[in-house]
Amino acid sequence: MAKIFIYPTNSLILSDLVERFGHKPLAMMEKIREKITTVGIDSPPINITPEDPKLGLKYAAVEVPAGVRGRMSIVGPLIDEAEAAIIVLDSASAFGCMGCARTNELTKFLARQKDIPRLEVKYPRTEEEGKDFVYQIAEFLNSLPNEEDEE
Amino acid sequence: MSNSDKVKIALVSCGSEYAGVQKELESAASSLNAELVYPEMDVSSLDTIGQEFGLEVASPDLRLMMARAKAVVEGVAKVDGVFVATCFRCAEAAIVRNEVRRYIFEDSGLPVISYSFTERTTAATLLTRMEALTTIAKSKHLLARENQEGLTAGIDSGSTTTKAVVMRDDEIIGEGWVPTIKVLESAEKALRQALDQAGVKREDLQAIGTTGYGRFLIGDHFNADLMQEEITVNSKGAVYLAKAQQGDATVIDIGGMDNKAISVQDGIPGMFTMGGVCAGASGRFLEMTSKRLGVDITELGDLAIKGMQKNVEMNSYCIVFGIQSLVNSLAKGATPEDVAAAACHSVVEQIFEQQLQEIEVKEPLILVGGSSLIAGVPKALKELLKIDVVVPPHAQDIGAVGAALLVSGFVDKE
Repeated sequence: MAKIFIYPTNSLILSDLVERFGHKPLAMMEKIREKITTVGIDSPPINITPEDPKLGLKYAAVEVPAGVRGRMSIVGPLIDEAEAAIIVLDSASAFGCMGCARTNELTKFLARQKDIPRLEVKYPRTEEEGKDFVYQIAEFLNSLPNEEDEE
Repeated sequence: MSNSDKVKIALVSCGSEYAGVQKELESAASSLNAELVYPEMDVSSLDTIGQEFGLEVASPDLRLMMARAKAVVEGVAKVDGVFVATCFRCAEAAIVRNEVRRYIFEDSGLPVISYSFTERTTAATLLTRMEALTTIAKSKHLLARENQEGLTAGIDSGSTTTKAVVMRDDEIIGEGWVPTIKVLESAEKALRQALDQAGVKREDLQAIGTTGYGRFLIGDHFNADLMQEEITVNSKGAVYLAKAQQGDATVIDIGGMDNKAISVQDGIPGMFTMGGVCAGASGRFLEMTSKRLGVDITELGDLAIKGMQKNVEMNSYCIVFGIQSLVNSLAKGATPEDVAAAACHSVVEQIFEQQLQEIEVKEPLILVGGSSLIAGVPKALKELLKIDVVVPPHAQDIGAVGAALLVSGFVDKE
């Protein structure tokens, strides 16, 4: 089982696909869930406090907007943990919508900087492309070690 | 109080929940008995709203802002006012923020204010802005008042000075002005001065209104009938004194520690911006300059009128480094007149660069606040904007006058 970073980071379809092939998706939903269920923090709706953008400084400098750093404080650790990555390009909002384009640029860049297996596929627009899209992802996931110790 | 009594403010932002400021926004709203609401829209519209709005941006959250703005304008979301907020230092968001604000304001007539936040933004910073928004949304009748009636007093507890006026039947009959040291004592002293000059007793006053930073503290102390933030009060006071209560006007208020630029229609504030992050654009900069030049602040203006700002090289607007530039110029032989002119120009230029970009400057342009009395300041502003600058009589007292005027609405009810 490999830890797979997915982009868009909140894509339910992508996350489900990764799971079906026996790997662990590193998705934003999990992290948000952790945040929301953390007892003692009272900063609704997603419990991001002014401390989080400071944690984001590890990924983006102080001149980068607080919203980008706040998002990076969640996404950045996922990239750090990743053993492989799947990046879907130009996807529709319904496939997984990440709000901030600057965060998205930085997220993809950091995932590409890592020396890990990576698949980049275009979001399909036709049925034929859709089949090919799933096939490529399946092939990529099958090529990854099913046990620990990847790389 | 039931939910329906609350002022509904639509929050149109691009992810304030990720910047750690959401709680502060909620907290500022709830302290004013307002409620933040999130206009509903169709998710599929996110893919098309850019083209529809005419502004195609990469960030989906900015498209969400446009879609929510559309929901507000089309009346899908029933709200009383709109707060538009994006991250500080994001160029893409700044473009959308300004255009969305303009679109909502022009197409819905709802009061709208905007703000760019950092993770350090606190509820206290947001309070004055939200208070102005809720007042404009819910108390238009209060702001519609054009004449002062009865015997009332207004006290403006500012960061640097405390001003008080006593008004009777549309006339200022007493004025008080003291530096703010201990907030309550200074307010007492200012009011006493105004009462003495007016020749009336405190118990004769029919109503008292307070404004400025210390409005709540002094308001409780004097048992005031009205405690109101400076945006609405100062705009009202400015257009009243400038005799421009009908039609468009722009009010620039350069205070001791911050400044405001307010676009006013029929005496009611529309778009406005507040400074406050940099002392270089406030009266404090001028105070520091006059100290360095060894002249009283009241003499700085006349000095500046005689000087040429271009003879002094200013490398920074900063109150530390800007003053250093002035000192260096003196060392190189610049005259005190030139330095005074450069200081006035620096303050005005910074207000122009930081704040006047965000509101439409419509004539008459009314300059108020203590700094407007320094003659070099209106001169520099006139040169920069190439339009006439009106400094009304009692320009330093607009807050107190506005409070005395607005609170006279409470005299009627008695």
